[in-house]
Amino acid sequence: MNTWLLHRGAKPCLLLALCTPVAYLVWAAVADQLGANPAEALIRSTGDWTLRLLCLTLLITPLRVITGWTGLARFRRMVGVSTFCYGLLHLAAYSWLDMGLELADIVVDIAKRPFILVGFVGMALLTVLAATSFNRAIKALGGKRWQALHRSVYAIAVFAILHFFWMRAGKNNFAEVAVYAAILSVLLGWRARNFWIKRTAGAR
Amino acid sequence: MHIKSSSNGFEHPVSSEITPAVVYQDRRRLLKHMATGVAGAGLATWASRKAIAQGAGWGAKPGKLAALNTKATSVDGAVTSEKVTPYKDASTYNNFYEFGTDKADPAVNAHTLKTSPWTVEVEGLVKKPVKFAMEDLLKLSPMEERIYRLRCVEGWSMVIPWVGYSLVELIKKVEPLGSAKYVEFVTLADPKTMPFVGSRVLDWPYVEGLRLDEAQHPLTLLTFGMYGEILPNQSGAPVRLVVPWKYGFKSGKSIVKIRFTEKPPATAWNKAAANEYGFYSNVNPNVDHPRWSQATERRIGEDGLFAKKRKTLMFNGYEAQVGQLYAGMDLKKFF
Repeated sequence: MNTWLLHRGAKPCLLLALCTPVAYLVWAAVADQLGANPAEALIRSTGDWTLRLLCLTLLITPLRVITGWTGLARFRRMVGVSTFCYGLLHLAAYSWLDMGLELADIVVDIAKRPFILVGFVGMALLTVLAATSFNRAIKALGGKRWQALHRSVYAIAVFAILHFFWMRAGKNNFAEVAVYAAILSVLLGWRARNFWIKRTAGAR
Repeated sequence: MHIKSSSNGFEHPVSSEITPAVVYQDRRRLLKHMATGVAGAGLATWASRKAIAQGAGWGAKPGKLAALNTKATSVDGAVTSEKVTPYKDASTYNNFYEFGTDKADPAVNAHTLKTSPWTVEVEGLVKKPVKFAMEDLLKLSPMEERIYRLRCVEGWSMVIPWVGYSLVELIKKVEPLGSAKYVEFVTLADPKTMPFVGSRVLDWPYVEGLRLDEAQHPLTLLTFGMYGEILPNQSGAPVRLVVPWKYGFKSGKSIVKIRFTEKPPATAWNKAAANEYGFYSNVNPNVDHPRWSQATERRIGEDGLFAKKRKTLMFNGYEAQVGQLYAGMDLKKFF
């Protein structure tokens, strides 16, 4: 497995896979395949993909540790940055298709709707992480501080699921939210457990 | 070779072969008479399709389901001249939670709904409670085509040509008692044919309600069809309500019971979230839903992807017709 993961073609393949959803959405929008309300479909599916990629980003480390596939580590940045890219598309779709790029309306909307506010906070944090994802940024910050900063991805996960939950709360429709919440709880729970084990081991 | 020159560009018949207008118009009238009166359903479909397509000006019927004959309406504001939403959009994008929570679900899942036999029970505070068989309900009053705006509480809208008659026609027949103040509409909740009945999203059955004077307003339509044909299952077959000045969820689908009451009925969305979905739920751009603005809407199938959303109108544009029902009421309080 590790040989496959370390193969020269692995990264380009992953990049291609990560671009597939947006390629499909662009095609579907042009070919009028997004149903009766294309704007809503674009806003929702870019949001869905952001959440899915966030789960995938958070899956990499547990999977690497549990399986011993150390080669996985080299994909983490790419998946993380693409999470940010889909988040940016989601924000752009909302601002443009729903709000007509009216800045004043967007500001009012942030104040009015808690789920929009939470989405913005999550996106702002995600932007900081994307902006500090380069090697030079890691060097400049120093490994320890960089890692501490990037632990805020756990907060982003909480904001993201809260954003989704509040959005669906209007229609009492929580089935899908529960699925993502369960996945994220497992991924974050695994880290909490590790942290706790380390701490008790250190205290001994 | 068969090359046409300017002299024979059109194959003109001799003038004696051309049917005089008087004669063909008479033939068409005869056909229509036959279709509506004597002839079978097949011919009725064919002839009335033409009649409706010419009358309403929104194009041909979808040709998917049985046709319904209509007469012109005399109700004020009942036919908007706005562009009608394509049938494909109106029949594949709607909320009908009994068949799933996604707006594409009902069209996929509602084929299991059994619409025949169907009865509608009218009970409660009326002199003449009655259980209508569908055949009798269809014949209770002549069908009319009403082209209404439909505004969903979610912020999208459509223009739909419905077929039905004013609910007040039924109300007159059952003679409400003086004590009747509200009308409750109970819809079908059959877990065998409706896969999402039993999900915890709402309390089943889905119940909606109106004040008696709202129910008696001529715009309130007991609806049996759309686009000149009977309702497709996903749109609330075989009989539903359409109240065009209220958010769409006030118009219950697949109705099985109409009950006249003294107290306001406990309606489904109001029970789920009373602070978000009021009993009245009149379309009102000035009263926001707690979670989103109601000032604008997206017209499905018409406004382009990058078009700005259009302004929502007070009472969905029916203020002239229904405004007086709410005279003196604080609509921010009674939302």
